[in-house]
Amino acid sequence: MSLMNNLSNSMIYSSSSAFLAPTSFNSRTHNVSVPLKSPRIVKCIATPQEEQTAYKTKVSRNANIAKLQAGYLFPEVARRRAAHLLKYPNAQVISLGIGETTEPIPDVITSAMAKRSHALSTLEGYSGYGAEQGEKALRAALASTFYGNLGIEEEDIVVSDGAKCDISRLQIVFGSNVTMAVQDPSYPAYVDSSVIMGQTGHFLKDVERFANIEYMRCTPENGFFPNLSNVARTDIIFFCSPNNPTGAPATREQLTRLVQFAKDNGSIIVYDSAYALYISDENPRSIFEIPGAKEVAIETASFSKYAGFTGVRLGWTVVPKQLLFSDGFRVAKDFNRIVCTCFNGASNISQAGGLACLSPEGLEAMQEVIGFYKENTKIIVETFNSLGFKVYGGQNAPYVWVHFPGRNSWDVFTEILKKTHIVTTPGSGFGPGGEGSIRVSAFGHRENVLEACRRFKHLYN
Amino acid sequence: MKAGGLSWWIRCFVCFQEPPRKNSAANPQTEMVPVVYLVTQSIHCSNVPRNVNLEKLRSGYLFPEISRHETEHLQKNPDARLIRLGIGDTTQPIPDTITQAMAEHVRGLSTIQGYRGYGAEQGNMELRKAIAGKFYQDMGIKANEIFVSDGAQCDISRLQLLLGPNVTVAVQDPSFPAYIDSSVIVGQAGELEEKTGKYRNIIYMNCGPENNFFPDVSTIPRTDVIFFCSPNNPTGHAASREQLKQLVEFAKANGLIIVYDSAYATYIRDGSPRSIFEIPGAQEVAIEVSSFSKFAGFTGVRLGWTVVPEDLRYSNGFPVIKDFNRIVCTCFNGASNIAQAGGLACLSTDGYQALRNVIDYYMENAKILVDGFESLGLKVYGGKNAPYMWVHFPGLSSWNVFSEILKKTNIVTVPGRGFGPAGEEYIRISAFGPRQQILEASRRLKFYL
Repeated sequence: MSLMNNLSNSMIYSSSSAFLAPTSFNSRTHNVSVPLKSPRIVKCIATPQEEQTAYKTKVSRNANIAKLQAGYLFPEVARRRAAHLLKYPNAQVISLGIGETTEPIPDVITSAMAKRSHALSTLEGYSGYGAEQGEKALRAALASTFYGNLGIEEEDIVVSDGAKCDISRLQIVFGSNVTMAVQDPSYPAYVDSSVIMGQTGHFLKDVERFANIEYMRCTPENGFFPNLSNVARTDIIFFCSPNNPTGAPATREQLTRLVQFAKDNGSIIVYDSAYALYISDENPRSIFEIPGAKEVAIETASFSKYAGFTGVRLGWTVVPKQLLFSDGFRVAKDFNRIVCTCFNGASNISQAGGLACLSPEGLEAMQEVIGFYKENTKIIVETFNSLGFKVYGGQNAPYVWVHFPGRNSWDVFTEILKKTHIVTTPGSGFGPGGEGSIRVSAFGHRENVLEACRRFKHLYN
Repeated sequence: MKAGGLSWWIRCFVCFQEPPRKNSAANPQTEMVPVVYLVTQSIHCSNVPRNVNLEKLRSGYLFPEISRHETEHLQKNPDARLIRLGIGDTTQPIPDTITQAMAEHVRGLSTIQGYRGYGAEQGNMELRKAIAGKFYQDMGIKANEIFVSDGAQCDISRLQLLLGPNVTVAVQDPSFPAYIDSSVIVGQAGELEEKTGKYRNIIYMNCGPENNFFPDVSTIPRTDVIFFCSPNNPTGHAASREQLKQLVEFAKANGLIIVYDSAYATYIRDGSPRSIFEIPGAQEVAIEVSSFSKFAGFTGVRLGWTVVPEDLRYSNGFPVIKDFNRIVCTCFNGASNIAQAGGLACLSTDGYQALRNVIDYYMENAKILVDGFESLGLKVYGGKNAPYMWVHFPGLSSWNVFSEILKKTNIVTVPGRGFGPAGEEYIRISAFGPRQQILEASRRLKFYL
């Protein structure tokens, strides 16, 4: 039952993958090749030839988007899963690829959302447009729950429909004339949104990097924290901790150095804390635990992986009052303008759910779900350890970063998919520094995770 | 490495203190004397330059500005019984059949069978099919050409991200401010000319009573993109089939793209086209943006959609839909699955009928307001195919009229100038509100005017 459920969840992606398996697009312009070290080309699904007489407007294609090499990483993974299912329709595919939450949302949270839904049908309970920055009660609850003694207030917090959307909105705030640095490997939305905004140069195939982005290598050798003395100054630094994909949490000492680096260079850190509640030890959960961070950092966060809100859509971003552009203008003011113009607030029903998440009962319920996924992570880590692999992450994040030395990660991804029907995510999808590793996500029903581990053991013994 | 920016501020404190004592025993009743302290304080500025495009925006976005005026007015007049006919915010409850569907979906999220995580960024296929079936029947628009979103305002910005800074745009004047503002933000608009209040690189297509709210296409210079809203916000005018044919022909002849905003299409009562795709050939030149906000009272629930036909191509033949899909997958993560469940219920037979009743309610409001203004001898446009009335106050500044109306009648409206230079002398009145408030507003306006 649960495997079938997993399968039917996977079919949700068929629409994006079906889209990327076109039937009437010009095959000359269809590009599904992914940057690979070896000269192999990934074959795309066959498309019929376009008629030469098709009408074209005189509007030039946005050159920035043309720089992107392939589809966004996760729909690509989904496309391959769908193609695999077409080939093996009876395969019991287990998805440990896209970080897709699977466990039901606790009752205390959904009952609040159901209540809000019903209220919208009453005169007293109906509400139309909400404040674009989010409902006051939710902003206040976020401030007190996560930033209680860190000096971050309600008005510094803007509620959103998720961290991925916020990243793009932040990029719109920054504009095309800023430079940025990312960890390598890192969550692909930072680089891709930067390309779309026009901050980067072209993709350099030989090094598999975009020109004009500073890639900060994060490896086991440097404790997944870059050697800052080798990092060139950029305007913006994207930093994710606990890290997606490596699972590494930054220590207080490391973050203190990062904040100092940003201060010395007059840079702005965009700190992605989407997995903060997965931290098991004493590592900082918020950048604002570091003194001085309010003058150099923005923090983005999400309910997706805490409350299973991946489909409900709710997150938040903190822009402190103290964060200023070089001319002294408050970054929060420009972010507010973007939020009011390019956005219209998160869904009021989702926000009602968010508020329930932050009640004592809701927090406890979220911790239980997080604990469940952490237990999954433990099982996966133990499996790969027992098979003799070098394994990273998994202690402070729902991702396990498995090293396959000398191997091409898309090859490993394909091999695992073909031989075990398990979907993972190839490390190179997260940047050239991800090559040679595979990300295994720990979201799944317990039976599926156990079954997947059995299959890994069978394959790699 | 460059040093971070520092600003030194000197703050001046004047404190009253006891004067400093010498060795002798002090008189406890010593008079306090003022002592001036100069304190230097450093504030850290980053070295990150502010986005020059945002500097070009002269004020806040229009609707929060209206809210601000409203708040100020309430602070000065705490007992005022405000009637809000300003921001087009829906007021009537959402029909039960729709909220029940959302509640049921929500309860399902707490079960193993009903739990849903990430959805397709383009939206649930069932909903996309339902939208195609309901609104684009016989127009050749397929479900996979429909992208479900969290609303038209958000989609407009995503479309601007898609188009990029190097395209030129034309807008109606007056028009919904998000088109111009997003154009400025993305870097298409050039400098603001203070004298005219227009951005140098944007073409403003005057739409007024004198040209039946449709620009003379023979006089418009070619731009890459035309934003066109029908039924129009703020004027309420629904473009005729003939007008839209001209627009599509103009687009085709010039190789440009129309971004057609049909957010108020369900308010049309006179048979005017509800979709640009009713016009033959539109699939090769147009994108259509629409919304559940005013259709279903989903202003807070957040749901909309954009149609990008497969036949719409850039100058190099590349299908626009592919790049829009890339934007949607990278800069967005899908509309809330709860809102989408509601959307599906909106398009069921029962849901749709219930929503038609709500729309009728608002249009009855509009009739009351139109009659009220007309009885005062004012020229009123709109109100017949849209929930907005566009009232002419010849020779007057619209912000002044806005302030006068607010002060004298406690009614919030929107000054026409907020929608563009050609909006001067006009006020937009929205028809959203409970009936008693609309009747009360009508009474107050008759009395004042």
